[in-house]
Amino acid sequence: MIIRIENLYHTYMKGSPFEKQSLNDVTLDIAQGEFIGLIGHTGSGKSTLIQHLNRLIKPTKGKIYILGKDITDKEINIREIRSKVGLVFQYPEHQLFEETVYKDIAFGPLNAGVSEECVHERVLEALKFVGLEESVLEKSPFELSGGQKRRAAIAGVIAMKPEILVLDEPTAGLDPAGRDEILFQIKSMHTKLNMTVILVSHSMEDIARIVDRIVVMHEGKIAMTGTPGQIFKQIKRIEQMGLSAPQVTYVMRALKDKGWAVKDEIFTVQQAKNELLRLLEGNND
Amino acid sequence: MIKDITLGQYFPGNSVVHKLDPRVKIILTLLYITALFIVTNFKGYIVFGLFTFIIISISTIPHRFVFKGLRPLLFIIVLTAFINMFMTKEGVILYGIGPLVATDKGVEMAIFMVLRLLFLIMGTSLLTLTTSPILLTDGIEKLLNPFKKIGVPAHELAMMMTIALRFIPTLLEETDKIMKAQMARGADFESGNLLKRAKGLVPLLVPLFISAFRRADELATAMESRCYRGGDQRTRMKQLITDKRDYIAIVVMIALIAALIMMRLL
Ligand SMILES: Nc1ncnc2c1ncn2[C@@H]1O[C@H](COP(=O)(O)OP(=O)(O)OP(=O)(O)O)[C@@H](O)[C@H]1O
Ligand SMILES: [Mg+2]
Repeated sequence: MIIRIENLYHTYMKGSPFEKQSLNDVTLDIAQGEFIGLIGHTGSGKSTLIQHLNRLIKPTKGKIYILGKDITDKEINIREIRSKVGLVFQYPEHQLFEETVYKDIAFGPLNAGVSEECVHERVLEALKFVGLEESVLEKSPFELSGGQKRRAAIAGVIAMKPEILVLDEPTAGLDPAGRDEILFQIKSMHTKLNMTVILVSHSMEDIARIVDRIVVMHEGKIAMTGTPGQIFKQIKRIEQMGLSAPQVTYVMRALKDKGWAVKDEIFTVQQAKNELLRLLEGNND
Repeated sequence: MIKDITLGQYFPGNSVVHKLDPRVKIILTLLYITALFIVTNFKGYIVFGLFTFIIISISTIPHRFVFKGLRPLLFIIVLTAFINMFMTKEGVILYGIGPLVATDKGVEMAIFMVLRLLFLIMGTSLLTLTTSPILLTDGIEKLLNPFKKIGVPAHELAMMMTIALRFIPTLLEETDKIMKAQMARGADFESGNLLKRAKGLVPLLVPLFISAFRRADELATAMESRCYRGGDQRTRMKQLITDKRDYIAIVVMIALIAALIMMRLL
């Protein structure tokens, strides 16, 4: 197990009148190379959980092991953990600060102690990964468009070459083409480098089509885990938690209710297309 | 971490002290501070301390929370005690190290000054702890209204204070978020010498300023598009009302001051 979380509890502002328990007995194992989708209603504790993974937040109680090392231990080398677990925050473009895009992307690797030459290579590589032109490198990050800023910020984390990549709603507020492209890049990085990825998202469609396993959080607890199929077929249960199945699932269910002979356990547009084609071709025979 | 500062913070509650009209509360706080200067002997401080203790108890705010507000000012309190103790030259000498000589009068002065400071801080923090920032600025605006005639921009001042107070938590949150995002990229805000630390703040300050300016801009646009213009002829959704409890509070305060004057004269 590359990540092992054992009985994790966390309370914000402990001891003040604003005390708020955000994680309640979370236990979770994630294997090397898994692509995890983390979903949950707003305020369910997703962001809190992922910030524990590189010790930006310290647990109130419980243990976290990353690559076999207990990171709740005081003696741990925090820098090393932070270069192994890359964390892309919600709206990462708000963290850009350097004079040029190049310098901003290089910030992470330089902090991690990578040599100047290697940094240069990594910056170019990361830039390619997020689909930006090399011509932006010498521009100020503040001249870029919103989508380009987002990509530059994600590149800043990817350039650190983390073994585990955690993304908190990386596509929120992007146009559909930009969203698809970024998701595709993340997926291909996952396959090519056999990276472990945790993706937080409110888009059930995106989650259904790219992750291996879904973890559902509800009120600070892990409510369900399983493949997209296992999770989304329990529509009632996830609706009770303020979530939903992908839209196409509802379409297929409606078709079935109208008497069409389609399977209703369909979670992506691709699956739906195949199923409908099968049905139509079958009818033609 | 930054959120630990309690001075000037609001502690929500439902007590009588919370419900007092903010105008009355501000005036009472001013009277409380004045009363502090009437006291000149230990008996007076005991009465004063009891009074403060009772008010804090009525306000339902944990006592330790009020004391926590003193911590950032500890240095000033200690310094005051030190200066008063060694700068007073009259009285019988108790002990002396070189030029530092402490007399009985000096020790007395030091104790009095420290007590005065403590009560001053506790009294004013009780005001901010029990009054929401919005009510507080409303109260200040109303109290400043008479001075409008001589050109004090009461409404504008109050609006500026409201906005500033409103954005403190937002900015703290933003700072926390950006700090974490940069720490995730290996930034270090805690170690190194002064120069290194100052340099290390750049990745925090640049995004913070940009977002503060963006927010200010957005807020201005939002206010303007809703036709905001200051001061005159604006009505309020919540009117400040002076109630029976306010009159009782005023009477209690006057009684305290009267008692303190009596004790001083007798
Ligand atoms: N800095 C903080 N201080 C106090 N409480 C917080 C803080 N951050 C989050 N919380 C609270 O902790 C709970 C979990 O928040 P968290 O941000 O982890 O939710 P989330 O699942 O990421 O939600 P979203 O989908 O909206 O991003 C919420 O109830 C929130 O109000
Ligand atoms: Mg979140």
